[in-house]
Amino acid sequence: MQTVFSIAVDALAYGMVLFVISIGLSVTMGLMRVVNLAHGAFAMIGGYIASYAARDLGLGFGFAVLFAVFGTIAIAVPIERLLYRRIYGAPELTQVLMTIGITFCIIGIANYVFGPTLKTVPLPAALQGSVDLGFRSIATHRIFAILCGLSVAVALWYLIEKTAFGVKLRAAVDNAAMAAALGVRTEIVYAVSFAVAVGLAALGGVVGAELLPVEPYYALRYMVTFLVVVSVGGAGSIPGALVACLLLGGIDTAGRYLMPEFGEFFFYLAVIAIVCVFPRGLAGRTR
Amino acid sequence: MTMAAMNDAMTSAPGKGRKLGRDLAGLAAILALAVLGYFLFPNNLALLTRITAIALLVLSLDLVTGYCGVATLGHAALFGSGAYAAGIAAVHFGITDPLLMLACGILGGSLAGLVCGVVILRAHGLPQLVLSIALIHLFHEFANKASSWTGGSDGLAGIAPDPLLGHFEFDLWGRTAYVFGIVLLAVVFTILRLIVRSPFGMLCRGIKEDPIRIRAMGASPKLALMKMYVISGAVAGTGGALNAISTQVVGLDSLSFTLSAESLVMLVLGGTGSLFGALTGTIVFMFFEDLVSAANPFHWLTMVGALLIAVVLFAPKGLYGTVAGLVSRWWGTFR
Amino acid sequence: MSAIFEVRNLKRSFGGLAVTNDISLAMAPGDRVALIGPNGAGKTTFVNLVTGNLAPDSGDVLIGGDSVTRIDAIGRVRRGLVRSFQVTRLFQEMTPAEHVALAVLQRDGRSGRLFGHFLAMPEVMAEVAELLGKLGLRELMHRRVSEIAYGQQRLLEIAVALALKPKVLLLDEPAAGVPQSDTGRIEQALADLPADLAVLMIEHDMDLVFRFARRVIVLAAGTIIFDGSPSEVTKNPRVREAYLGSYANAGHAA
Repeated sequence: MQTVFSIAVDALAYGMVLFVISIGLSVTMGLMRVVNLAHGAFAMIGGYIASYAARDLGLGFGFAVLFAVFGTIAIAVPIERLLYRRIYGAPELTQVLMTIGITFCIIGIANYVFGPTLKTVPLPAALQGSVDLGFRSIATHRIFAILCGLSVAVALWYLIEKTAFGVKLRAAVDNAAMAAALGVRTEIVYAVSFAVAVGLAALGGVVGAELLPVEPYYALRYMVTFLVVVSVGGAGSIPGALVACLLLGGIDTAGRYLMPEFGEFFFYLAVIAIVCVFPRGLAGRTR
Repeated sequence: MTMAAMNDAMTSAPGKGRKLGRDLAGLAAILALAVLGYFLFPNNLALLTRITAIALLVLSLDLVTGYCGVATLGHAALFGSGAYAAGIAAVHFGITDPLLMLACGILGGSLAGLVCGVVILRAHGLPQLVLSIALIHLFHEFANKASSWTGGSDGLAGIAPDPLLGHFEFDLWGRTAYVFGIVLLAVVFTILRLIVRSPFGMLCRGIKEDPIRIRAMGASPKLALMKMYVISGAVAGTGGALNAISTQVVGLDSLSFTLSAESLVMLVLGGTGSLFGALTGTIVFMFFEDLVSAANPFHWLTMVGALLIAVVLFAPKGLYGTVAGLVSRWWGTFR
Repeated sequence: MSAIFEVRNLKRSFGGLAVTNDISLAMAPGDRVALIGPNGAGKTTFVNLVTGNLAPDSGDVLIGGDSVTRIDAIGRVRRGLVRSFQVTRLFQEMTPAEHVALAVLQRDGRSGRLFGHFLAMPEVMAEVAELLGKLGLRELMHRRVSEIAYGQQRLLEIAVALALKPKVLLLDEPAAGVPQSDTGRIEQALADLPADLAVLMIEHDMDLVFRFARRVIVLAAGTIIFDGSPSEVTKNPRVREAYLGSYANAGHAA
């Protein structure tokens, strides 16, 4: 019972972190139809910046998060303008190569600048320790991660369903050419969505640093995890991504608790099984 | 239709003769380069043999990616399986004859090709890519866990192949291994030239362009791709076995995502959909790697990334494709 | 003569809307049938049901008297039901000769061969040259498809279908998108189709329909509202009703 509860909490927290990181990837993939393998690299950049801000500059956790989010966006936007824009609509293989090239570059540079060691983002006192629920206690950080995930989901839902930008975004996802003909400036929609996606990745990278440790090979290690969220949840689908994240979070956490000696073996097996069972995603509308 | 007109139609075809000529030229180029390498780098034959083994992997990747259009980031699974099959045969079953080890490698690679094909060909697009990445991680984890068979993260050591054909010892300088590798590469290259041009090769090119059209012709794209995956596995397995025999050790890195991604980089660098492109990419990349990574492994990854971006932006057809395009244009204007 | 191709009570609905509702028809070898109908009549769905790209809710499709309802699209092609595409689906990087050779080899079960080249197979090349010659594509046989004109691509589309030696040929708007000046060549190709082949042509162009078909089937709202000779189709009140406004005013049906 104790284990089941711990697994459930950890799985939920892990799933929510996955959600925060991958939802941006899902939206941009649905929107721009770019297979972006470098998304995890942006989450990693966020983690590095936060770690640098908190440990070397001595900033508070909140500032470190803000610093990380905007710093990552500042790094990513030029990359979007210079590189990504050239592969919109290109064949899949081209997109894979370009984004894996970007990933390799980022890993190499991160390794050079920050060194190969693991970086931590020190938590503020308020997030350390645990909360007593009466019958169990939960690490505060886990609750924070879960709340972050939920707020991101709600905020994104509001942004996409209720705002003028959301209308344009949905129009562009459905039919970019038609949206452009109707006067939606798709370039701007793309750029803004990309920035939001990268910002969320950075946020997820920082919030999830306890669960997905920040190190140079982060971008490769979790590449498949983020991609599978999109491919299972369906590109552009928030509920799909949420379900996929919780599912994957559950599988990964349960595997680690129950069969630690097998490492990631069962996780990858599960990924293969899920994708084979739902080759078109849970919602059935990946491209 | 008169017979004369038909003959005319056949001779005006983009020459059978010219293709045969290119085959022989290609084979001659491989052998010439091999001899050149032997005399230029007599102390570095191990590197040259490794390049040969990786070239087999890249050729094998070209079969599914270049000729059939399957994007995969997990192709080292086929190479590593071949390497482990050959290694395990030698260490655990006492099969130390290099040719038998090679046979085991080919079998192991083909089997891995079949497994990967069955899984990867279930999906298209992004899910296909995800499957390929998950597969290579799965193979890697499996080899890591089955350490009593594979040696786990320490690698599978103690492979001691018998003399080749009972005569040629695998010497310290790696001469035998090098010659063995070059012969393998030449044989595989020749066979692949035949396959690529055969009716089956034509079918695969058709599948790459439009699988629905192929179905409307009554052929099953999936079966054909599966067959290609098995062939590809045999080729990659040959490379893996060669690596196991020449280095006498098999490491987990032969089943890694990095090797998969690097082989794709080599293929794209040289040019997809051409066997010459695959070879060019491998040679250039491996020499480049040897130069840069000796200096600084951190910069190595950055360089590979930058190289990849540059190829995508400036030479999307790869080195061989771009040069071949230029030459044929030049040829066209002067003819 | 017995039916080489038959459709019995074919039904398929999408979300309660019967797009194909109880269609039956039979064709004998040598038949030249045109299937026409206003937009949204269910022609595309019908083609997909017949070729096996879509499963019917009920009903049967038979080739040569055998039910193929449970056989997939590839199997139906192998049994002699071949289609052409409304928008040409050709391999842009390959030559007409390669297209036809691939079809011939596939038909003979040799497309999986790992050695040899079709240019060196005299019996394949003889067939390729003959077929392309008939369609006036022989001079272009070694050009890339991307380099030849659209009208010639449409002819190649027919050549590929014929190379499969079909029993039943489904032509999906064989002249769609071809400039007026080139339609004569396509009409000639249609007139030269093998005499014992059953041909079902889906077409919008009524001129072509009247010149080609000896029997016209009109599909409207998922059902067959007319099945008879071309001379009677324009006189039929239900057909006039289905088309009223679109064709009657344009004067096509006159």
